[in-house]
Amino acid sequence: MAQVEAGGPMLDAAGVPLKVSLARAERRNRMRALGLVLPLLAFILITFVYPIALMVFRGVDNPTVSEFLPETAEMLRAWDGEGLPEDAVFASMAREFAKASKERTLGKVATRLNYELSGSRSLVTKSGRNLRRLKTEPTKADLVALDKRWNQPETWSVLKRLAEPYTLSYYLAAIDKTYNVDGAIVDQPESRQIYVALFLRTLWVSLLITALCVLLAYPIAYLMAILPTKTSNLLMILVLLPFWTSLLVRTSSWIVLLQTEGVLNDILVWTGIIGDDGRIQMIYNMTGTVVAMVHILLPFMVLPLFSVMKTISPTYMRAAKSLGATPARAFWTVYFPQTVPGIGAGSILVFILAIGYYITPALVGGRTGQLISNFIAYHMQQSLNWGLAAALGGILLAGVLALYWIYNRLVGIDNMKLG
Amino acid sequence: MVAENAEILVRFEEVQKSYDGEVLVVKNLNLDIAKGEFLTMLGPSGSGKTTCLMMLAGFETATHGKIILDGESINNVPPHKRDIGMVFQNYALFPHMTVAENLAYPLVVRKMSKSDIEARVQRALDMVQLGGFAGRRPAQLSGGQAQRVAVARALVFEPKLVLMDEPLGALDKQLREQMQYEIKHIHDNLGVTVVYVTHDQSEALTMSDRVAVFNDGVIQQLAPPDQLYELPENSFVAQFIGENNKLSGKVTAVNGSTCTVEVDGSGEVKAVPVNIDGIGSRSSLSLRPERVMVNPSDGTCPNVFDAQVEELIYLGDHMRTRVSVCGHDDFIVKVPNSAGHVHLRPGETVKVGWQAEDCRALDA
Repeated sequence: MAQVEAGGPMLDAAGVPLKVSLARAERRNRMRALGLVLPLLAFILITFVYPIALMVFRGVDNPTVSEFLPETAEMLRAWDGEGLPEDAVFASMAREFAKASKERTLGKVATRLNYELSGSRSLVTKSGRNLRRLKTEPTKADLVALDKRWNQPETWSVLKRLAEPYTLSYYLAAIDKTYNVDGAIVDQPESRQIYVALFLRTLWVSLLITALCVLLAYPIAYLMAILPTKTSNLLMILVLLPFWTSLLVRTSSWIVLLQTEGVLNDILVWTGIIGDDGRIQMIYNMTGTVVAMVHILLPFMVLPLFSVMKTISPTYMRAAKSLGATPARAFWTVYFPQTVPGIGAGSILVFILAIGYYITPALVGGRTGQLISNFIAYHMQQSLNWGLAAALGGILLAGVLALYWIYNRLVGIDNMKLG
Repeated sequence: MVAENAEILVRFEEVQKSYDGEVLVVKNLNLDIAKGEFLTMLGPSGSGKTTCLMMLAGFETATHGKIILDGESINNVPPHKRDIGMVFQNYALFPHMTVAENLAYPLVVRKMSKSDIEARVQRALDMVQLGGFAGRRPAQLSGGQAQRVAVARALVFEPKLVLMDEPLGALDKQLREQMQYEIKHIHDNLGVTVVYVTHDQSEALTMSDRVAVFNDGVIQQLAPPDQLYELPENSFVAQFIGENNKLSGKVTAVNGSTCTVEVDGSGEVKAVPVNIDGIGSRSSLSLRPERVMVNPSDGTCPNVFDAQVEELIYLGDHMRTRVSVCGHDDFIVKVPNSAGHVHLRPGETVKVGWQAEDCRALDA
């Protein structure tokens, strides 16, 4: 039994402070809870949090020049960036170019420089090759003699930026900005501005897909919620069926259906709605992407909606009607508001999945139906510009987190029901 | 039966209801409900009482027959045009609206002016003693408060008729009894017509002007509570309402206002013939436990039998005593806990007796 000593803490029967013995009694439970989540926590840390952190870090990491041209990098960092650097810097770089060329690491420097200054890959590799052949220690004159670009301040201003261990240039490139010769941030040339438009397109397409999913999922979820269990289970199986089918198969079947010589166009031609020469392009463009993605993401909308609607007792509608509301009014004022948490949960799920979707746009998007994730993949796999891929991914991540925050402020994440 | 000068508000005419086309849930219902009456439909689950209520509210359609409200058939009137208030079993308060918005709902739907609505909502809240709760959400109310709001919402638009579908089922016993009185008082004060459905017989007896006892889709008896308890017309009503001792036997003689029933193998009982088919037919005798006397004085009772005390249950104001009489070991006697009364002991043999007019011979 708990005892109170005048002014002292509450004690238990053995005279130990109650708080201490409570903590002791609860410790076992806490340890067990920790033990239960530990494997998953470790798994998520290793396979999810750590790679993401690493990837985001790559967006600002700038190690190439510091690593392969260490002395030159140090001298460049000390340089004030005005005009051309001292001759010693030229000499140092020529020497390190020759060394790196011998060690076959100059290619990395060339690639990195090429991101900032198109056409400079060949400049670097050519210079390295020629400097390596020199019998004497290379000097500024040797370097400048190879290519007049080595005597231009633009080249050196880029090199100075690359000598820094961290850079914003990937993030700038991801929002269609770049540094000019003076180191100021300016717009990319118009012909190279693609990412902002792509982000906006991705946002707009994801919103469109989310809206279409709400429109299509709401009636079916409602039907499932009001039908007897036996029938609604059958419907549920039909809704889940796509989940059990390979994503690739589903996307490919859309190609079969929607292509110019596909089933849908054939039917339209056969029924005479369109002429044989007027076949509609429904795939390998944005239409294809939207249609296929709505189909694939629909279950993610139906399930949260259904789970919310299932808990709404039909007596609410009856009550509203008995109070004099027409069925339509009862639906809008009583039923619909109660399903908003389900719409919110489904929307945020579908939206977040859509904004990062890769495989479907890659297969059916053609040229105009590509989304930001396709470009991230392109920079990861084809151009090997991981820094830019990381910057694009980082912006995407920040955007999703920002939307999530807004959603939480507007709807409240506690109101979200997933099941 | 409805008093002759009373105005009829609701009339069921030969109403039948079937859900599957094979079984009738409601069989040929004829019922008149007077204006201002508190009528309870009482019965076990599946007896058809809730179906009747739902047909009246418009959520179920009658398979056959007519339902008349205020002189007009409402068979084809949708629920929202019937102007009937309803209190649901689980209150059905709209969870996304405050108490005040819930109460205002029927008024907003009827396009009343804002000031009118405010005044009426406040009056309704005051009526159920929840004046300060206008801004709360239903989730922040206790069961009893939610129940009061549900009642207020069903009354706030002054409907012709209020239906209540087991509204107190979710409350604990004490609160339920308190709410019974409150609903009864509201009914008395407003004079509104109430049709109330319950399976709780004490609730029905406490609140109603008349009770319709349902079983198997048929009204077994329609009577005021006292008649229902004291003058049951068949053995279902006798068993369902209150505690009842049942002795079965065969009618051997009928003599005007009394009859004799031979209780299987243990003697003859004099009783009032109520619902028997004549001499030779089977009958169930119904006898209320409080009408049985222990060790009656000689000559005062026509029916006296030996009884063996089986079990005693102490209930404060009385002893519930189970005895064996005439081969029935589930015979209950209520022995009042009054000064100088006999104290029985299990195993002892006593005499029990009762008057012929307290014992009703009903259908087998």
